[in-house]
Amino acid sequence: MEFLPTLWFILIAVLWGGYLFLEGFDLGVGMLMKTFARNEKQRRVLLNTIGPVWDGNEVWLITAGAATFAAFPYWYASLFSALYIPLVLVLVALIFRAVAFEYRGKAHTRTARNAWDWAICLGSFTAAFGVGAMLALSTTGLPLNANGDRVGGPFAWFNIYAVLGGVGVVAFCLVQGLAFLGLKTDGEIRTRAARILARWLPVALLPLAAWAVAVALLNNSATALAPLGLAVCALVFAWIHARKTNEGLAFIGMGIFLLAGVAAIFVAAYPNVLPSTIDAAYNLTVTNASSSPYTLKLMSIVAAFGLPLVLAYQGWTYWVFRKRISEAHIPEAHAVTPIV
Amino acid sequence: MDALEIARWQFGITTVYHFLMVPLTIGLGLVVAVLQTAWHRTGKEEYLRMTKFWGKLFLINFIMGVATGIVQEFQFGMAWSEYSRFVGDVFGAPLAMEALLAFFVESTFLGLWIFGWDRLPRRIHLAAIWIASLASIFSAYFILVANSWMQHPVGTEIVNGRAVMTDAWAVFTNNTALVTFPHTIFGAFAVAGGFLLGISWYHLYKRRQSGIDTVDADGKVVVGESATLGRNRDRIDYRVWIKSLRIGAVVAMVAFAGVALSGHAQAQLMIQQQPMKMAAAEAACHDGTGFSLLSIGDLRSGGATTCDDVVGVFEIPGLLSFLAYDNFTTEVKGVNTLLPEYQEKYGTHLPDNPIYGDRAGTEINYLPVMEVTYWGFRLMITLGGLSAVAAAVALWLTRKGTVPHSKWISRLALFGMLAPFGANSAGWIFTEMGRQPFVVAPNPSFEGIDQVFMHTAAAVSPGVSAGEMLFSLIVLTLIYAVLLVVEVVLLTRYVRGGIGSAMPELRDHPDDGQQDTDVLSFAY
Repeated sequence: MEFLPTLWFILIAVLWGGYLFLEGFDLGVGMLMKTFARNEKQRRVLLNTIGPVWDGNEVWLITAGAATFAAFPYWYASLFSALYIPLVLVLVALIFRAVAFEYRGKAHTRTARNAWDWAICLGSFTAAFGVGAMLALSTTGLPLNANGDRVGGPFAWFNIYAVLGGVGVVAFCLVQGLAFLGLKTDGEIRTRAARILARWLPVALLPLAAWAVAVALLNNSATALAPLGLAVCALVFAWIHARKTNEGLAFIGMGIFLLAGVAAIFVAAYPNVLPSTIDAAYNLTVTNASSSPYTLKLMSIVAAFGLPLVLAYQGWTYWVFRKRISEAHIPEAHAVTPIV
Repeated sequence: MDALEIARWQFGITTVYHFLMVPLTIGLGLVVAVLQTAWHRTGKEEYLRMTKFWGKLFLINFIMGVATGIVQEFQFGMAWSEYSRFVGDVFGAPLAMEALLAFFVESTFLGLWIFGWDRLPRRIHLAAIWIASLASIFSAYFILVANSWMQHPVGTEIVNGRAVMTDAWAVFTNNTALVTFPHTIFGAFAVAGGFLLGISWYHLYKRRQSGIDTVDADGKVVVGESATLGRNRDRIDYRVWIKSLRIGAVVAMVAFAGVALSGHAQAQLMIQQQPMKMAAAEAACHDGTGFSLLSIGDLRSGGATTCDDVVGVFEIPGLLSFLAYDNFTTEVKGVNTLLPEYQEKYGTHLPDNPIYGDRAGTEINYLPVMEVTYWGFRLMITLGGLSAVAAAVALWLTRKGTVPHSKWISRLALFGMLAPFGANSAGWIFTEMGRQPFVVAPNPSFEGIDQVFMHTAAAVSPGVSAGEMLFSLIVLTLIYAVLLVVEVVLLTRYVRGGIGSAMPELRDHPDDGQQDTDVLSFAY
């Protein structure tokens, strides 16, 4: 076991876990824009709960991507090029979603606002599904040749694991979004979110759990049993508290479930970072896909300094915006009229 | 077109587009921070209005930069996987640091600024915009370190066929990066200066056109106010625009001086590091000292061996040597001198390696597309220079406190805002196209590691088909086109709404000052 590549494998898992933990609920709230909110005021409440934080959360994705590039260039190159078409769709989704957050409130007509709402909803769905599918495929394998390039055409990646990962992340985001709304809002939105959450929580977390179990089975990994056990406990804990409408504890419970699940998946996949389904000899592993020790050392120093700092000021942001929002808080929309 | 050519078009289109938003974000962000500081220090209402108005336009633009920035990071792996494998050890580090040390800060603190107007103590709220703005500049540094390494690889050796970092200090203090960084940042401020200038001019003109402001016999401004639109077009409104105009003009002129000085320093490195790019910038077939004002002939005809069809018509003697060597006599090598040197050093044919795809074994054309490099270089200098002259003229024309009552000058001021954007795009297109046929250019300078280079032909993803590339090229280009229209429509609407578009309380409740401060706090 080589220390630095293993450390970076863990750090990449941390970054993906951090991304899903944080952006999970804001992707969920985005999807709920069209499926849960009942009127314009409620949609604006939803948006304002994630308004100050979604962009900071999305940087976890960018950092996970860039850190993979820096620490495991071969993993980054093979994974991103193999999933070319799905990642184009994820990019399109992220573009529309980001722009819609900012421009929605500036739309003058109901039609335009409605279109931006769909952009947020479908953008959040596609991004969640795409990232889930990508991670599932990275942990279960892609048809890669000796050079690490995908063979079999643009859709050769499509299989049951892609669907499982996609559905798993989407469903997780939805319930985590509901729990977040329970935490951050008041009034009708809060009670309805809590009610739906209590009913759907266990079902929604199943696909993600199934993905983790699948990776553990594929790799005959006994070490993954510990985090898997923790994930199951967290699920039960979250469900109990969701039923008691303790949204905070339910939210934390689901967060732990997610992090334990991601840990189980990465532990089981280790030392592979991206297996080849064609020939195990072509597997990308922490050793053959990683950067030089010099670069990894440099990046470790940067991460040791940077990551705690990020956690500190992002945590502070959540504390600043800790107040609940309700429909009564939302000011009347104002249209911008030309004076010249 | 094959996958390589489509991938290049895609990278070009998405990057130039992304860099329409980036300079405005960098430049305007710091301007807004300074304006808010002025408000904090003086308490003057006009600075609050300036902060809110320019801050609003800043945000409308910022989000487009964020949205299109993710594409940049992903497409290295998606479309350029061989490149990513070759350079990841060196090139990935500044990208990861940008995300971890700069972009995280920028995004988080900007969120705090947007939503924190009444939730944060005033000093901390002010600190938030400063931190976000400085982080965006810091972020530019990391990206430029990465790009400069492609122009001038340092701190690296080849191990098992890939570039491996041996000296991080050398990579992060690459002399190319140290001159490109100020050049780019000053270029961003030129954009922001022109933006302030053009929009403020338009508003001052509209105030004159509606008869709110008039001029006395000496041509000095007589400021008035209009009662019909709340406090939207009062005397403070006048001060907002005249101050913004002057700040914009000064920023644009200072920025141009910085751009010119750093550009000169860049040229002196370019002649050492990428002599062919310099020759291509001049479309100079033969050695010489003059800067070409106009060259005619078939700029494309050079091919791999010769370049004799281009004739300089006008040139300024000695200027090119001054640009490159700080004197008027040292000859700058032309294409015909350089081609044999490149061929001797780096070979005449691409190796017979499958990594080069269909191009394996073909003759290498070391000459960049000279129409692009020659005209890109001139467009950059001309548009940049024109912006600076226009800013000086604007200051002079407004010396008596307002703009001339002329529709045409006001239109010119609005269209003039595009010039610094154009200069930035032209400069990037020049420097990236001028690096071809390399994606990582060899480093022949005195500290050189001449073996670290990569042909663009070898960089593209081997597993991705031309069809997939075409799909993304079309999808992204269409979306970018639509979003550009949306952004411009929104910016126009907010500009035409005046201060009231960022501070509705001025319009809706003309009499009771600060009551509606919650609006920005619920920005969505």
